[in-house]
Amino acid sequence: MRNKDGFQEELIKIKIYNANKVFIAKKDPDADPDIHSVSIFFHTRCLSAEINQGGNRYGNDDDAKNTVLGNDITTPVAVKEFRKIGVNRVFDVNKIAIVPDHFTPNKDIKSAEQVKFIKEFAREMGIVNYFEVGQMGVEHALLPEKGLVTAGDVVIGADSHTCTYGALGAFSTGVGSTDMAAGMATGEAWFKVPEAMKFVLKGKPSKWVTGKDVILHIIGMIGVDGALYKSMEFTGEGVHHLSMDDRFSIANMAIEAGAKNGIFEVDDRTIEYIREHSTKPYKIYKADEDAEYTEVYEIDLSAIKLTVAFPHLPENTRTIDEVGYVKIDQIVIGSCTNGRIEDMRMAAEVLKGRKVHPDVRCIIIPATQKVWKQAMKEGLFDIFIDAGAAVSTPTCGPCLGGHMGILAKGERAVATTNRNFVGRMGHPESEVYLASPAVAAASAVAGRIASPEEL
Amino acid sequence: MKVQGKVIKYGDNVDTDVIIPARYLNTSDPQELAKHCMEDLDKDFARKVGDGAIIVAGKNFGCGSSREHAPIAIKASGVLCVIAETFARIFYRNAVNIGLPIIECPEASGDIMDGDTIEIDFEKGSIVNVTRNKEYKAEPFPAFMQEIMASDGLIGYIRKELGTEKI
Ligand code: SF4
Repeated sequence: MRNKDGFQEELIKIKIYNANKVFIAKKDPDADPDIHSVSIFFHTRCLSAEINQGGNRYGNDDDAKNTVLGNDITTPVAVKEFRKIGVNRVFDVNKIAIVPDHFTPNKDIKSAEQVKFIKEFAREMGIVNYFEVGQMGVEHALLPEKGLVTAGDVVIGADSHTCTYGALGAFSTGVGSTDMAAGMATGEAWFKVPEAMKFVLKGKPSKWVTGKDVILHIIGMIGVDGALYKSMEFTGEGVHHLSMDDRFSIANMAIEAGAKNGIFEVDDRTIEYIREHSTKPYKIYKADEDAEYTEVYEIDLSAIKLTVAFPHLPENTRTIDEVGYVKIDQIVIGSCTNGRIEDMRMAAEVLKGRKVHPDVRCIIIPATQKVWKQAMKEGLFDIFIDAGAAVSTPTCGPCLGGHMGILAKGERAVATTNRNFVGRMGHPESEVYLASPAVAAASAVAGRIASPEEL
Repeated sequence: MKVQGKVIKYGDNVDTDVIIPARYLNTSDPQELAKHCMEDLDKDFARKVGDGAIIVAGKNFGCGSSREHAPIAIKASGVLCVIAETFARIFYRNAVNIGLPIIECPEASGDIMDGDTIEIDFEKGSIVNVTRNKEYKAEPFPAFMQEIMASDGLIGYIRKELGTEKI
């Protein structure tokens, strides 16, 4: 059964709780048996293996290490749906993570009520990984750091940027609250097997160029629906030149191209990261040699320039030399895309000994408590504060127009976040320009969009 | 099941931030959310929906965040169905999971105009443009998804699977 695009409509259930039934495919009797050739990496490989084996298990018993995630906006809806299911316990108290990060520390009474509601649920169910303010961080920076995700995992999260963990070689994808509710109750989710696109990365990025520039470049090239419903797979020797923080930024924005997930080939750096952060076992999956792709792109990292996405879509990209004069009012450096320690270091490198333009508000938000502490220890906060920037406690805050830096009508911001839709950071007539921490920091000093090279 | 209504037409990439802006996400009450549905894109949306309308849009409808508040707001505001050339994947599954009827149909998306009256037959997968006297064919959903929708969404489906529907 293939649709007009030759897309396989096979529906798969992934069990995420039972050690002996980690990946169970519910086989559609009408399905085309050729599905095994559609794609390669971890998930698709598992799924295809399932289908080939007629729905038998795949993988070993270590694989039962998968997670359901929710935040303060999506979990309240999920809890209400969960209550309708008629079960009185969650599938596994260790495999659910609830991270109130969007409007926290609570911005108003309604937000406080939402967080209270989900905290009470977490306590009632005995959910281990509930993170209160003080331990909380932006969820997609927090989970890898806490070692809750490793290579080979399956993660569904009621947050679209759940695709971030693909940097670790996990299959992770964003879902909605009802899926989260069903996942919490049963440990299962339904999926269509995606087609895959391959991005072969080559060469080494030049000074100041980061994973953010790479992914903005890719989205500019293929568009916000360029990977619709597909799996974006990143491979090639260029991957070795990207730090884990770069890879998190890239996988994080796969959804901005419409992808189901973004996934990196696991290398020594990935394993080093996992060993440093997690005691959980991990499993490495590699591409099938005969895997088929709908598209294969070769990307020379050394040719990528600093890139900025103009309002109101992440695909409206321009390289820094094409930007022209764009005066700005606010800078936000943080979020699940760029709130990690390397992002802080890069911002500090640019701001050191310089001053934020007097007309600009520069807000820096380390994504987690750990990043915060590390930045403090390295003296980065001295640099930020001496430059006239404000440092916030971890929160999503302004990224989604929640709090801690909302834009007035007509104002413009350069943000290291991932979306610049109409009204994303405040007034519907405000504007968001997406860029890397280096460009954001340089723009803070210049008062207009600028490259660190110009300062 | 058949529905009939007047069309409200939008373009490509209608994102979840305009469907329901984050400033209203401090509640999950469907009626509250419906009050602000589409307000950053189309101030007259609520008036246009009246007591039932059909949204027809272009590519990538519902792109952006995973907030289920988006299909919930659309459903609660009285929209009978959303037709688009393509849907963003999380919106697509959320709509299925909460029982908001959606149809992917590039032909209908391109041809139907704002204000047309159309009739949809979900079983047959047919869309009839009453105003222009034309018919478009849509792909029916795969069987598994039809089951979810027939169970009034994923929760109903799970209750059947777990045998908790009578509790
Ligand atoms: S930082 Fe922004 S994009 Fe990331 S999870 Fe928070 S609101 Fe979503």
